[in-house]
Amino acid sequence: MIETIFNRMSVSPLFGGLSRGTRFARFLGALAITLAMSAHAAEVRLLNVSYDPTREFYLEVNTAFARQWKARTGDTVVVQQSHGGSGKQARSVIDGLSGDVVTLALAYDIDAIAERSKLLPKDWQKRLPENASPYTSIINFLVRKGNPKQFKDWGDLARPGVAVITPNPKTSGGARWNYLAAWAWAQEAFKGDEARIKDYLGRVFRNVPVLDTGARGSTTTFVQRGIGDVLITWENEALLALKESGSDKFEIVTPSLSILAEPPVAWVDRVVKRRGTENVAKAYLEFLYSPEGQDIIGRNFYRPRSKDVAARYAAQFPAVKTVTIDEVFGGWSKAQPQHFGEGGTFDQISRQ
Amino acid sequence: MSGRVKRRIRESTNKSQRGADETPLVKWTLIGVSGLFLFVFLLLPLVNVFAQAFAGGIRAYFAALTNPDTRAAIGLTALTAAICVPVNAAFGVCAAWAVAKFEFRGKALLITLIDLPFSVSPVVAGLIYVVLFGLQGYFGSWLSDHDIRIIFAVPGIVLTTLFVTFPFVARELIPVMQATGNEQEQAAMTLGASGWQTFWRVTLPSVKWGLLYGVILCNARAMGEFGAVSVVSGHITGLTETMPIRVESLFKEYQSTASFAVASLLAVLALATLILKSWFEWRQERQFSSAQIPEPEVVDSSRPGRP
Repeated sequence: MIETIFNRMSVSPLFGGLSRGTRFARFLGALAITLAMSAHAAEVRLLNVSYDPTREFYLEVNTAFARQWKARTGDTVVVQQSHGGSGKQARSVIDGLSGDVVTLALAYDIDAIAERSKLLPKDWQKRLPENASPYTSIINFLVRKGNPKQFKDWGDLARPGVAVITPNPKTSGGARWNYLAAWAWAQEAFKGDEARIKDYLGRVFRNVPVLDTGARGSTTTFVQRGIGDVLITWENEALLALKESGSDKFEIVTPSLSILAEPPVAWVDRVVKRRGTENVAKAYLEFLYSPEGQDIIGRNFYRPRSKDVAARYAAQFPAVKTVTIDEVFGGWSKAQPQHFGEGGTFDQISRQ
Repeated sequence: MSGRVKRRIRESTNKSQRGADETPLVKWTLIGVSGLFLFVFLLLPLVNVFAQAFAGGIRAYFAALTNPDTRAAIGLTALTAAICVPVNAAFGVCAAWAVAKFEFRGKALLITLIDLPFSVSPVVAGLIYVVLFGLQGYFGSWLSDHDIRIIFAVPGIVLTTLFVTFPFVARELIPVMQATGNEQEQAAMTLGASGWQTFWRVTLPSVKWGLLYGVILCNARAMGEFGAVSVVSGHITGLTETMPIRVESLFKEYQSTASFAVASLLAVLALATLILKSWFEWRQERQFSSAQIPEPEVVDSSRPGRP
C-alpha cells in the first residue's frame, strides 16, 4: 500500500522530477503517511495498575481478553501491567501514573485516588456489579510442611518464639486485610475488650521480622528466602505458592474465622477520556465478570462470584466462617483512618 | 584520588621497615581473615548469581535474556546510560576545570553541591522529581494539560539517573586536575596555543585516565541504580522497567532463573567495570610517575594551602 502511494507521488506533478530535493520530499511524504497509518492501525494499549499478587492472573486475563476483543472489533489490544503494594500503587496513580484501569486490593485505595486526584468519580464502586469486585478471597496461613510450630488459629501467631511474615499495612492492601482479619478474630475471642485486642496484635507484630511493602514481597521472603514460620496471606497467594513451590514444602492452614476480601476494579475516567480508551477499558473490566473471565479467576485461585463457576472450583476453596468489612468495621472509609491512619491502632500497637 | 596517590607513595617508601616488625603469623592471619571474608561475602554470592542463572541450562539462560520484556529493560538501561554518561562527563570536565584551575567566590559551595547526590538517599532523589513533576507536584497540572509525561516514564528515569550519577566524573577529575596544576597550560598559552588547543592537547591528555575512570564508575551506577529509579519508574513491564527493576519483578514472578540471568548481566558489568577501573588506575599512576611533578608537593599533606 505504501508502495502504490509512493509510486503515485512520483508521477504527480507536485513531485515531478527526481532531483535531490524532491526525493527528500517523497521520503518525508512517505514517512508522514506511514506515521499516520500506524496511528490508525488499530492497536490499543491499556495500562492496568494492579496490586502485588495478581501478576500471573492478569497475564492470563490479558491474553484471553485480547483474543476476544480481536474477534469482536478486529483491533489488537495490548494490556501492560504495573504491580506493587496496593497503597503504593494508588499513590503512584495519584502522582500521575496513567493507568487506564486500576485493579487494587481494597476499595479504600481507589477511594483515595477519587478523593485526592479527582481522576474518577466517588461513586465508582456502583458502576460495576458486586461492589465492583469481580472476585473475592479470604485470608489464611501458609506454614512449612507438617506444620512444625502447630499453627491452628489466629491466637497461635502471638505465641513467643514464632516468626510471622506479613507485609506492611501502611503500603500493602493484603496486609490491611490480614490485620483486620486478626482484629475480627480477637474481637470475638476477647469479647470486644479493645485493650486485650491491641495487646494481642502488638504481640503478633513483635513476632514479625520482615515487613515487606507488598504481599508478593512477603511471599518471596517466606517461600524463597526461607524466613519465618508462618505467612499470613491471601488464599490465592497461598495456593499459588503451593503450585509454584510444590506441596511437599508447604501447607495451608485455614483459621476458624477469616475476612471476606473484595478486591475492586475501576476504569480511570480522566485517563481513558484523554487517551480515547474508554470503551476498551470498560470491556476489559466487564470481561472479568463473563463466564470465561470467571473461569480464569477460579483457575488462578481467586473465588469466582459466579455460582456456576464457583461450583466447579469448590474443592480448592474450603468453607470458612467469614466476616465482612462493612459488618465489623463499618466499611473502609471508617476502618482506614481508625486503624491505618496516622496515630491509628496500627501505630499504637507498633509503639507499645 | 590524590589521597590514594599520596598513600601509595608513602607506603612504598616505608615498606622495607614495616615488613620487619611484623611476625609472619600476624601477616598471614590478617591476609587469611580478609581473604576468607571476601570469599564468603563477595565471591561466593557472585558465583551463586551465575550458578542460579545457569540452573536451567544455557538454552533457558538465553531464552530468559531474549524475552521481549527483558530486552526492553536492557534497552532502557542502555538508553539511560547513553544519555547520562556523556552529559555527566561533559559536566564533570567543566566543573573540575572550574574548581581546579580558577579561584573564585563560592568555590567551596560548588564542591559541596557536586557532592550532594552522594549524601542524599536515592529514595529522596526519586521523590524530588515526583514532587516537581508528579500530577500533584508543582508542574504536574501544566504537564498533564500538555500531555507531557516525565514521572513514570522514560524522561523521569533518565532525570533521576542523571541526578544520582552527577558527581562521579567531577569527583574523579578534581584531584587529578589539582595535582597536575596549571603550569603546563600556562606554558602552552605563552607559546601561542588557543584555549581549545590547550584543552585538547594539554589538559585532556593529562587527565585522560582519570576521566575514563570517572566515566566507567558513572556508567556502572547509571546501569545499576535501583532505589531512585524505582520511585519514578511506575514499574510498567516492558516499558519503564530498567534491568535492576526487571531483576526484582522476575524474582517476584517465581521466575528466579530468569531473574538471575538478568542479574548475571549486571554482575558481568560490575566485573568489567572493576577490570577497566584497575587498568585506568594503573595507567594514571604511570602517567603520574613519569610527569614532572615535584614529589614533596604531592606527598606532604601537612603543608597548608595549595599553589
